Amino acid sequence: MASSTTEATSHAADAAASAPGMPQLDFSNWGNQIVWLLITLIVIYFVLSRIALPRIAAVLAERQGTITNDIAAAEELKAKAIEAEEAYNKALADARAEAQRIVAEAKAEIQADLDAATAKADAEISAKAAESEKAIAEIRAGALESVKEVANATAVEVVAALGGAADEADVTAAVDARMKG
Amino acid sequence: MEGQLAHIGAGLAAIGSGAAAIGVGNVAGNYLAGALRNPSAAASQTATLFIGIAFAEALGIFSFLVALLLMFAV
Amino acid sequence: MASEAHGAEEGGLVFHPMDQFIVKPLFGGDHIGLFTITNVTLWMAIAVLGIIAMMIMGTRSRAIVPSRSQSIAELAYGFIYKMVEDVAGKDAIKFFPYIMTLFMFIVFANFLGLIPMSFTTTSHFAVTVVLALLVFLTVTIVGFVKNGVGFLGLFWVSSAPLALRPILAIIELISYFVRPVSHSIRLAGNVMAGHAVIKVFAGFAAIAVVSPVSVIAITAMYGLEVLVAFIQAYVFTILTCVYLKDALHPSH
Repeated sequence: MASSTTEATSHAADAAASAPGMPQLDFSNWGNQIVWLLITLIVIYFVLSRIALPRIAAVLAERQGTITNDIAAAEELKAKAIEAEEAYNKALADARAEAQRIVAEAKAEIQADLDAATAKADAEISAKAAESEKAIAEIRAGALESVKEVANATAVEVVAALGGAADEADVTAAVDARMKG
Repeated sequence: MEGQLAHIGAGLAAIGSGAAAIGVGNVAGNYLAGALRNPSAAASQTATLFIGIAFAEALGIFSFLVALLLMFAV
Repeated sequence: MASEAHGAEEGGLVFHPMDQFIVKPLFGGDHIGLFTITNVTLWMAIAVLGIIAMMIMGTRSRAIVPSRSQSIAELAYGFIYKMVEDVAGKDAIKFFPYIMTLFMFIVFANFLGLIPMSFTTTSHFAVTVVLALLVFLTVTIVGFVKNGVGFLGLFWVSSAPLALRPILAIIELISYFVRPVSHSIRLAGNVMAGHAVIKVFAGFAAIAVVSPVSVIAITAMYGLEVLVAFIQAYVFTILTCVYLKDALHPSH
């Protein structure tokens, strides 16, 4: 830039548009820029504050709500699962107790039956034993009688064989005395 | 002659840009030194870092502006 | 510079780094009135359409499990919402749509400006000064409405020794009024500087020997500019939050 005149000639077209070399300092178009800037800002402000920002805020709030709800639902499901497990455990314990009760009952019944049968059998056995004893006693008594008769007869025969005459009554008395002795 | 003096002045004013660069480097370097000593506090101070850089740089921009004015507007 | 003197006609090394920022009417004519449709209008309209596409079309399905475009919109929402809440406090949430508007506009304008042959609206001081002044006025008005005269306590540093307080008050006052200046020039300056540097490197590409270096440099600068485009939008927004915090809680 040897001189400002050559610059002015070479930049004649630019110089017409902007007198100082820096377009930013050409105050003649400031009004135009400011007007358009204000219009732009107002448009952006209304677009953002009326449509975009409430919408994004709603979406974010909705997402937050969904996450919170999901967490709550998960908690609920977890509680339900725990409840179900408890119910299952309780049912299991109940069933076990019931089974034990039934087993005990059955055992008791069987025991009762068994006791009754044993008692009956005992009674029968004792009755039979008594009967048998009686029969044995009878037999024994019968046997004693027979022995006496046999002894009498034998004694009479023995006396006869020895050549004596045996008095029936004496022999009987003697045998009785012996048998008692 | 006067135009040439203006160009010399513009060159001198441009030195200010370099000075601002020193300032910005100072801010960033000290931030880094502090951040390495206490990394947990570094994240919360990035906003302060940018504000510091902006203030330091603004003065450099002033000198750049003076240079531009001398080049084109005088 | 010597090449410029005779190179203007021969197509040599010519730099026009600032030409990309020229505001021109789209439908002919030289005069730019208040409502003339210019390239500023076009690129701001594209930014508005982009924001509508991202924030409204993207969230059209209102899905609980977001689609890709909806996650981007939600990410932007969450990013700014958290920033407002963390930096400016819970009671600043009612300014959230306002701050979101600023952030979305700046980030879209910055990124649209990175498209080759496009026009960067945020590189103009007219735009950023209005943005910064809006923030400045909002902060000042909210500060006085919320705290009344107590808002002036912002300038009266009660933790400092009494003798120093008037001096500090003057410094605080100056720094308070410099805020919109630095706030606006930072954004426009960063964006403009990056674009101008890319254009300067592009000018060097006319020399065959240097052109590979030039292309690599443009690529690197472009990567940096992508970063800067986002960081400047972030910085503008976070500084708005910081200023808003001062207005809502002026005590140091």
